[in-house]
This record gives sequence, structure tokens and C-alpha cells, in this order.
Amino acid sequence: MKTAVIVFPGSNCDRDLARAFERVSGRPSTMVWHKETALPSGLDVVALPGGFSFGDYLRCGAIAARSPIMRAVAEFAQGGGHVLGICNGFQVLLETGLLPGALLRNAGLNFVCRDVHLNVETTDSPFTNAWHNGGVARIPVAHHDGNYLVDDSLLDRLHGESRVAFTYCDALGNVTDEANPNGSVSNIAGVLSPNRRVLGMMPHPERLCDPALGGSDGAKVFESLLGALAPA
Amino acid sequence: MTEPEVNPALAAEHGLKPDEYQRILDLIGRVPTFTELGIFSAMWNEHCSYKSSKKWLRTLPTKGPQVICGPGENAGVVDIGDGQAVVFKMESHNHPSYIEPYQGAATGVGGILRDVFTMGARPIAALNSLSFGSPRHPRTKALISGVVRGIGGYGNAFGVPTVGGELRFHSAYDGNCLVNAFAAGIADADKIFYSAASGVGMPVVYLGAKTGRDGVGGATMASAEFDDTIEEKRPTVQVGDPFTEKRLLEACLELMETGAVISIQDMGAAGLTCSAVEMGDKGDLGVRLDLERVPVREERMTAYEMMLSESQERMLMVLRPEKEAVARAIFEKWDLDFAIVGETIAQDRFLVMLNGEVKADLPLKALSGTAPEYDRPWVEPAAPPPLTDIPEIDPSTALLAVMGNPNYCSRAWVWEQYDHMVLADTVVRPGQDAAVVRVNGGPKALAFTSDVTPRYCKANPVEGGKQAVAEAYRNLCATGATPLATTDNLNFGNPEKPEIMGQFVGCVKGIGEACLALDMPIVSGNVSLYNETDGTAILPTPTICAVGLLPDLDAIIPTAPQEGDVAILIGETTGHLGQSALMAELYKAEEGDAPPVDLEAERKAGELVRALHAAGLITAAHDLSDGGLAVAAGEMALAANIGVILADNDLLTAAEWFFGEDQGRYLISVPAERLRETMSQILDAEVPCTHVGHFTGHRLDFAGRAIDLADLRAAHAGGLAAFAG
Repeated sequence: MKTAVIVFPGSNCDRDLARAFERVSGRPSTMVWHKETALPSGLDVVALPGGFSFGDYLRCGAIAARSPIMRAVAEFAQGGGHVLGICNGFQVLLETGLLPGALLRNAGLNFVCRDVHLNVETTDSPFTNAWHNGGVARIPVAHHDGNYLVDDSLLDRLHGESRVAFTYCDALGNVTDEANPNGSVSNIAGVLSPNRRVLGMMPHPERLCDPALGGSDGAKVFESLLGALAPA
Repeated sequence: MTEPEVNPALAAEHGLKPDEYQRILDLIGRVPTFTELGIFSAMWNEHCSYKSSKKWLRTLPTKGPQVICGPGENAGVVDIGDGQAVVFKMESHNHPSYIEPYQGAATGVGGILRDVFTMGARPIAALNSLSFGSPRHPRTKALISGVVRGIGGYGNAFGVPTVGGELRFHSAYDGNCLVNAFAAGIADADKIFYSAASGVGMPVVYLGAKTGRDGVGGATMASAEFDDTIEEKRPTVQVGDPFTEKRLLEACLELMETGAVISIQDMGAAGLTCSAVEMGDKGDLGVRLDLERVPVREERMTAYEMMLSESQERMLMVLRPEKEAVARAIFEKWDLDFAIVGETIAQDRFLVMLNGEVKADLPLKALSGTAPEYDRPWVEPAAPPPLTDIPEIDPSTALLAVMGNPNYCSRAWVWEQYDHMVLADTVVRPGQDAAVVRVNGGPKALAFTSDVTPRYCKANPVEGGKQAVAEAYRNLCATGATPLATTDNLNFGNPEKPEIMGQFVGCVKGIGEACLALDMPIVSGNVSLYNETDGTAILPTPTICAVGLLPDLDAIIPTAPQEGDVAILIGETTGHLGQSALMAELYKAEEGDAPPVDLEAERKAGELVRALHAAGLITAAHDLSDGGLAVAAGEMALAANIGVILADNDLLTAAEWFFGEDQGRYLISVPAERLRETMSQILDAEVPCTHVGHFTGHRLDFAGRAIDLADLRAAHAGGLAAFAG
């Protein structure tokens, strides 16, 4: 699996994400500076990391979405490439138009960093197939602006096409208001593109890939990709 | 623009005492220019010169085989083996945070991060020690909310995990909160960057953000007491920009890799003045600055303003001239300013020019070398009133009250606002004895803790100073780490008052004794004096932040026991209730002496706990501090979600036994089948121990009086959000 991590000024989970890819795939990721205009050839996955690109000034992800490299990332996605956006990377994908919706300030108004439980809503995607029969994953969130919003018709469409990848839930898998850390509509934590090859998610799977850090549920996102991209 | 006339009155406005102004006149043999007066006031204020504290700071132990660089540089450097070093320091931002909580705290974090990466280290952990006024004081809620948001806002965006710290409330901080920020980073031990310039005619380079008028006179403000004109001081607080700081970090580390950097110094308090003088002084060189080359973001800035600006996210560097193009390219890549603003010169001279006009021409060495130094008169503070009445208590109900109190309840409301997991190396998260962070993926890890008990320091400065270090030592040992070294942040009132100076002298003495006995040298630190408002001082608060080393993650001792484990109390219990949490919080009685600290016993107990874990005998350990046995048992029960049954003691009252705060103690949990072996090892170590009960079920039963664990959890969880939320 050949991966690249895009580095924006203010990205701060870029190295963590590269480490997670390498841990699972055994191959180092290529770090690509945002001022580049082309991606390395032969890539399987492009990942947009968490952090505060351009300081989150103006609007989270808005300036990064206009970086030179993002035209190449959009072309890569439109050509059927796999794109993963985590946290700030999810915000960038929304600002780029590769995924629908918007992320508002958390309903509680505070930054929130803690483990949450996620219901794996679909295993029919290259990012979630390793969960097999679905289930509950424990993965941390760390954000100020993770309150996902789409209008009702789009929400119906996301549900109808099984494009909601993860929802916030309790430890038993119940999708409740109490389990929602940021006020997201329908507890949505991650969404897929129509071709299911672009995933944006607020939680940080790269932070819980290693039992030494208290859990490895996050590794399944990367294992899913590895499985999906393995030569048949 | 005409500059104001320099005279004794203007000097006084700059915080210079009449004898200090006379010293300037004698030194340069003429009346200083306005810019020169500003430079002297910046260099000679308490914040930058340590003029009241220096005499006593020299007595602290700062050496050891593990110490690569002790106090005097941007941060301390300690060897952690394998060619790696940990670089760390703690610094206060008390006055700015009281005036403007968000920006004050944010720039405090920015400043300490810069101190660390200036030395070539990538920051891997941040902590903070916060002291606020009474929860009932009308200003407290706004302060805590602003300070916590400010710390999170800066650290989260920068991308350093904020993994621990302290939070306390006491009415003595009503008019003067404390915000002490700590940061640690990792560097190759042979690639540490220092501030001493070398070579004549080397370019002096300005890096980072542009200079504005913000913070002009900040260091002088930080060296004065507060009064009711505080609102007028808001313009002296700087505004932080973590995005620029993050780029500055990456650019500096990238530049250091190229070998272009001769020396580097961040611009903190008194900005350009302090950093230029520091680099020249340490390198025995002079410095010439041409201020028209300084990148500015405001028009018509005067030399005075540029020299005293505390605009954030700036660095000064002496560069190898042949590497200029490489260096410039790196800074342009990160969209940061890069400007050659001067050069090193052979003479002992600090020459500041603006558009060809001499604005300051001073002997450079004298600026720091002849700064005033005071041997302030001090008296031993009066002993507190004796503790008279020992109350009869129901220990489990008292535990509910203590652990629901804002001073001892869960701090999750705070740390959930901090990204404590970025970098994906946080192994032990906030809320335990000490936080543990892996070194670049491990297996090696570092433990961090921040401690001080200001009640003790007020009652007995020497024992209080010792206790702060001992508690830090204990927290590291309870986590399984070998204590390495210490940084201190000494927060006190007005040193011109002999009783305040007495608190300072006593605490430093205690800290020194403890650091020596426990082999935790002080490698960096900061002093914050004049923490008074309208003549009322804070509690003496010498914050101790200590770092410990773990060879691998197996060395970590958990806090959570397992069902059926036996509870063993390590260390001697006499039932010392003087200045205890129980008496202070539940009975409003801050009476009696602080608990005495036996450093020898402290060391033996700490080594024993680590040895017991290494032998695989214990499942968990927790240190005893505020709230004694009861709070330690309660916290372990909450961590494991398992109840605990503790017996009473024949010789002590319930208050003394469960809530006494004797030092040098740990509560450990031992599987029943390992009990005999464990006791025999403890006896061999000649450390007192008591079999006090066991961990089981879902209730806390102290001497036959029980409460539900769920009730304790509810009281503990909600204590802070209830008023701060």
C-alpha cells in the first residue's frame, strides 16, 4: 500500500498518521508539502492529517482547501483514488467539496479531547471492511469544530446510500445524545463519498493503533485499506 | 517625534529605584538616552535580573552526572541515554493571565515552548500549574475558563500534548492567580543549541513574526504589585499566534539540521533587548543592531518601542554567513520573516542604530553583569496557630466531602479541553500520579509531574519546600519512573517585605535539601515575585516540576488495583493533621505545623515501591498526599471501579488515621497469593508498612461506615464543572 500524507502549515498529526500507515503497511508514507502541485505517482491512498492548518484562521480547513496540492488531490479522488481526511483533514475535504456538509463549533463550545465510542455503521467501504460484522470501536476525538451538519434531504441521502461510516455511541453501541461529544446531526462522526473511496472523520484512528497506548481499534481503518488494496 | 526627557522621575516610572538610576549614571558617566533607559529598565527589573533571588538560587543543587546543561540557558538539558536528552523548563505568566486570562495563559505556553525548541528540542509534553482564588470569588470563574481555554488554544494548535498539571483554589489568590507553564522536548544530546554567540562580524538574524507595539514594558509590569489601576495595564499583555509558533518550530528545527546556526535565543521578556544582550554576554562579544531592518507590523515605531516590544513568536540567531541563502530559503518556505538586523562586534558594546542615528551605545557586559543584586532582609515567618480540636468524623462521609471539593475533585473538565494525545505517544493520560509519554515511539518513556502544597509552605517554608520536591519524587516513583531532574517556578509576594523574603529563603532551603537528598538537581527555573494585590500576598507557591525516566513501558506501575487485592500502606503514619486538606476544606482550620519530611525515609519508600513492581509483586501503587490514606484509597477505587474496605487504627482517631498527611507514604495493592513474599521484601528494606484492608466490591467501607462507589464517582466527577462549566 503506497500512501502519502499532505502537510499543510499548522498540520500537527501528520507524523502520527504516517507512523500509523507504516505500522500497518510496513511502508513509510511520503510526506507531500502543500505547495506542491502534483502527487507522487502510483499512490494508493492520500491522507489529509489533523491539526490546525493555517491556524484554523478564517474557517477550519478553508485556506488549506485552496492550497496548490488540493487540485491534484481532487483529481486523484475523482479518478477513483482513496482519500482519508481525519479531523482537520475532514474539514479540508468539506471545504474542497469532496464530501458534503459542514463542521460547526462543538455544541458545548469547548475543545473536547477524550476517547469516544463509534458505531461502525457500514462495513461496505475500503476504510471499514476489517470490522466484518460491524461493532463498536473506541477511538479518541480532539477538536473544537466537529459538529457535523447537513440539510435534511442530504442527510436522508447519506443514510439511504449507507454513506455514514461512523456514529458516536455509548460503550454498548447505543447511539444516544449523551454519547455525542459535539452535537453532530444524527451523531455522525464520519461520512463517505458516493464512490465510497473518500472518508472524512473527526475521531483520530491514528492515535489508538497501538495497545501500548491503551487500545488498537483505530488500526482497523488502516487494516481495512490494506485489505481493500491488496492485489486480488 | 521628540523623546521624553530622561530624569529621575522618568526612571522611577520605569521601575528603577533612585539608587539604581544613580548606578546607571555612574556606569556610563552621562544621562542615558530614552532608549537606553528603556534597555536598563528591561534588563534590571526583577523578572529579568533575578536581583532579589539570585543570592539564594545559587545555593540550589544543579549538578549531577545526568545533567548536560543546568540553569542559565533557555532550558535545562538532561541525559536520558542512547544519545538522547530531555530539555525542559517551567515559567510563570501570572500577571498577564490575571489581566487578560486567555492571551496571558496562551502566551505563557508559547514562551515556554519556544524556550525548549530554541535549544533544538522538539516539544513532546506540556504541563501547567494553576492557582486561582476562592471558587466563590466573582472573578474566579472567568479566570479559570479563560486560562484553560488559552492554554488549550495555544498548545492544541501548536501540537504538543498537555498531559498533566495542578489546579488549586484558595482565597489568597483572589487578586493574583498563578499560571505556571512547563514544557519538555527531546533532542540528540550532541545537538543542543545554546545562546552564546561566537565569531566577530557574524550576522545577527531576526526570525519569526513581525514586531509590533504589544507588550512594551511587560517585564517591568510583571515585576510590580497590582493595584486598582490594573485595567490600564491590559495593553502590556501580548497576543499569541500558535500558528506562527508552529511554523517557527518547524523552520528552526529544519534550519538547525543544516548546520547554519551558531547560536540562538528566543525573544521573550524584554524581547530584542534581552535576547541580543544574552547572546553577546555569553559569547563575550558586542552586538550592533540596525533597527530599520527589523520587520515591523506597525508604522513609525521608535527605537525604544522596538527594543522593548514583547511581540510573540520571534527568535534571534547568529548565523554562519555562508549559509545565509539556505537559511533564508527555509524561512521563506514557512512564510516567516527572515532579516539580518545586525552583527557581532569585537568591543564590549551594545550599539543600537536607527536609520544611521545612534539610539543606544552601552557597555554590553555591564547590562547583565552589573545588574543590581540585593541581599534582602528576611525574617522567619511566624508559626501558625496550633491545631487544637481534632474533630470526630465519619471517615467515608468526610471522603465524599473532600473528593467532591473543587480542590480535590476530578480535573477532567480541564484536561478534556487540552489535546493530551497529539503525537500519539501519551501512555499514561492526565489524572494519575504522573503522566507518561513515550520518547518518539518508545520503548523508552518519560514521566512528568507538578507539585507543591502552598498551605505547608506558608506554615513552614523549609518543610514545605522539601515537601514539594518529595511529593514530586513520590508521584514519579508511584508511576514506576526513576526521578531524573527538576525545574522550579518560585511564586511569592513582595520580596521587599522581610516576612515574604523569609518564605522565599525557607522554601529555597527546603527545595535544595530535598533535591540533593533525592538526587533530582534543579536544571532550570523561574522566579515570580511581587504576586500581591493591594498589599496582600499569595500563599508561597514554589511549584516543582519533575521528570523521571522509564526504560520501557513495562516499568509503569498502574493506579488501578484488581478485585481481591490486599491494600498495604507503606511508610510511617503518626496522624499529622496540621495544615491537612481535611482541616482546611471541611473545618476551615489552616492550623498547626506542616508535616515534617524525612528525606531518607522518602527515598527508601520510593525505591522500595519501584523494586516491588520490578519483582512483579504489586498490581498498583498510588502516592499519599492531600487527604492521606482516605483520598489515596478513594482515587485507586475510582481508577479500578472496585470498592475498598479499610480497617481503623487502635492508636489514632478516624480523622488522624484516614486523613492525616504524614509524608513518605504509598498505598499499594498486592494479590493475596503474593502477600507473604511482598511483606518479606518490605521488611528487608526496613520500611514501615501496615496491612490496612483490601480492594473488593462496589462500596468504600472505612472502619465499618460505607458509601457507594457510584456516589463517590458522582461527587468527584461533578465538582469542577458545577461552578466552572
